[in-house]
Amino acid sequence: MTEVSQELAPVSPSKLTVRGVSKSFPGRSGTVLALDEVDLEVSEGEFVCILGASGCGKSTLLSLVAGLDAADKGEILTDGRPVVGPGRDRMVMFQDAALFPWRTAMGNVLFGLELKPNLDRAARREVATYYLGLVGLSRFAGASIHELSGGMRQRVALARALAPNPSVLLMDEPFAALDAMTREKLYGDLQEIWRKRRKTIVFVTHNVREACVLADRVVLMTPHPGRMRSSFDIELPRPRDINAENIAALARRISKKLEAMGGEGST
Amino acid sequence: MKRALTFLAFVAVIGILWESLVALGAWREVLLPRPSSILRYLAHAFLDGSLAEAAIVTARRLFMGYAIGIATGLPLGLLTSRFAIARDSIGVVALGLQTLPSVCWVPIALLWFGQTEAAMLFVVVMGTTWSILLATEAGVRSLPPVYLRAARTMGSKGLHTMFRVLLPAALPAIVSGLKQGWAFAWRSLMAAEIFVTILTGFGLGHLLHYGRELHAMDQVLGVMAMIVAVGLLAEQALFGPLERWLRVRWGLLG
Ligand SMILES: Nc1ncnc2c1ncn2[C@@H]1O[C@H](COP(=O)(O)OP(=O)(O)OP(=O)(O)O)[C@@H](O)[C@H]1O
Ligand SMILES: [Mg+2]
Repeated sequence: MTEVSQELAPVSPSKLTVRGVSKSFPGRSGTVLALDEVDLEVSEGEFVCILGASGCGKSTLLSLVAGLDAADKGEILTDGRPVVGPGRDRMVMFQDAALFPWRTAMGNVLFGLELKPNLDRAARREVATYYLGLVGLSRFAGASIHELSGGMRQRVALARALAPNPSVLLMDEPFAALDAMTREKLYGDLQEIWRKRRKTIVFVTHNVREACVLADRVVLMTPHPGRMRSSFDIELPRPRDINAENIAALARRISKKLEAMGGEGST
Repeated sequence: MKRALTFLAFVAVIGILWESLVALGAWREVLLPRPSSILRYLAHAFLDGSLAEAAIVTARRLFMGYAIGIATGLPLGLLTSRFAIARDSIGVVALGLQTLPSVCWVPIALLWFGQTEAAMLFVVVMGTTWSILLATEAGVRSLPPVYLRAARTMGSKGLHTMFRVLLPAALPAIVSGLKQGWAFAWRSLMAAEIFVTILTGFGLGHLLHYGRELHAMDQVLGVMAMIVAVGLLAEQALFGPLERWLRVRWGLLG
């Protein structure tokens, strides 16, 4: 292909576009501007980490993209179409697992599938079984939620979010409450699953190293009001090891940057 | 097991003490007969079938009234928990009527339905519906919102959300509401049976009432004991397995 025809070829629209989005909440001491003119572009198959301190509007942004809340201003598009409500093309893994305690692990994974048209009982079971296997929980299909450890619960939540086969996966600090060992195992598994299932992932965290291990790109946010700041492309080879020196060095750089911005952001 | 033995020993001691006090002439037997004559009445009434018959009549009314109470209270509770308009109308009515002691429904029931089964059922239903409605509403409204949000992302809405998310999620609260409703139904029915005299079906409450009319204190006390036994037994049989199942599935529920 010549350079000219490459230039003229239609630009593939990004998978997810957030443009000029603002959202405020009424608070006790006046309105809180949770998001202020936020822009974000995520392309197909990209793994983006949104990194920021507590209260900078990360969860708010995910709710808006998920269609659970409406923005005050701006627009959100997936595949070029505006988001008007929740949809199976965007699944969420919530900050706390949010699993349904009245259902087994299998029952939780089946929930979204039961709402999907054109799947009969056997097909649903087969799909759910596949995803439980993918997250390594085949043996626990029949377990009650309270019988599972924190890490296993997050695995079920991941399987439940993957099962309806969304193209975008929204993850809200899914591993924040887990111990380091469990988390490290999950980083490996998540990258493997991401590679296998070709998802576009927006992953929210306040853990710098976590972002460095997982992301293709890290976007920094600052609080009060919540704003998008600089972003870092991370081109380290995968699978990455959270204890490796290159990750640590990168994390130090990003932390410095974040600190510098924090001073500037909070006035 | 040890606790049961302790309790049995306690009952035995009280019984023997009571029996000997009556034998010593501490009070007149017309007012408080000795345990042995109460037992004699119970044995007699059991053998001639009058006790069992009354218990069956009572149980039938109880289950019917309770079932109707659930069938109305539960859906209404789901409605009031979800829609402000239902909460501000039916919800407020329920809040008020729930404070009304069930005996207060007897006059209106008699005027509307006469001395019939319907009057009796009406009293029981009025005694249960509102408390079940309120318990259901409270249960649903105290749910963590994340269940609803998770369900919405997976495409659940409307009736699906109501029956597949809200109802099961609130089940622990609803079960304790049902248990409370059961207690209310039982109390209401006894009030109804004592105050509504009808010719069809002679319940435990009636047996108690006529015991008083006949000055048969052994009957009064015997039937009271029977009412306690039925109440305890039914609660165990009904809610025991349900609560055990909740404990297994939900894990935490006490
Ligand atoms: N439903 C709400 N009502 C009122 N204020 C809200 C609501 N949701 C969020 N906020 C406010 O908006 C701001 C951003 O909240 P958000 O939950 O998005 O932060 P976050 O980055 O996810 O924080 P964390 O890391 O602690 O989860 C906070 O100041 C919070 O108090
Ligand atoms: Mg959050």
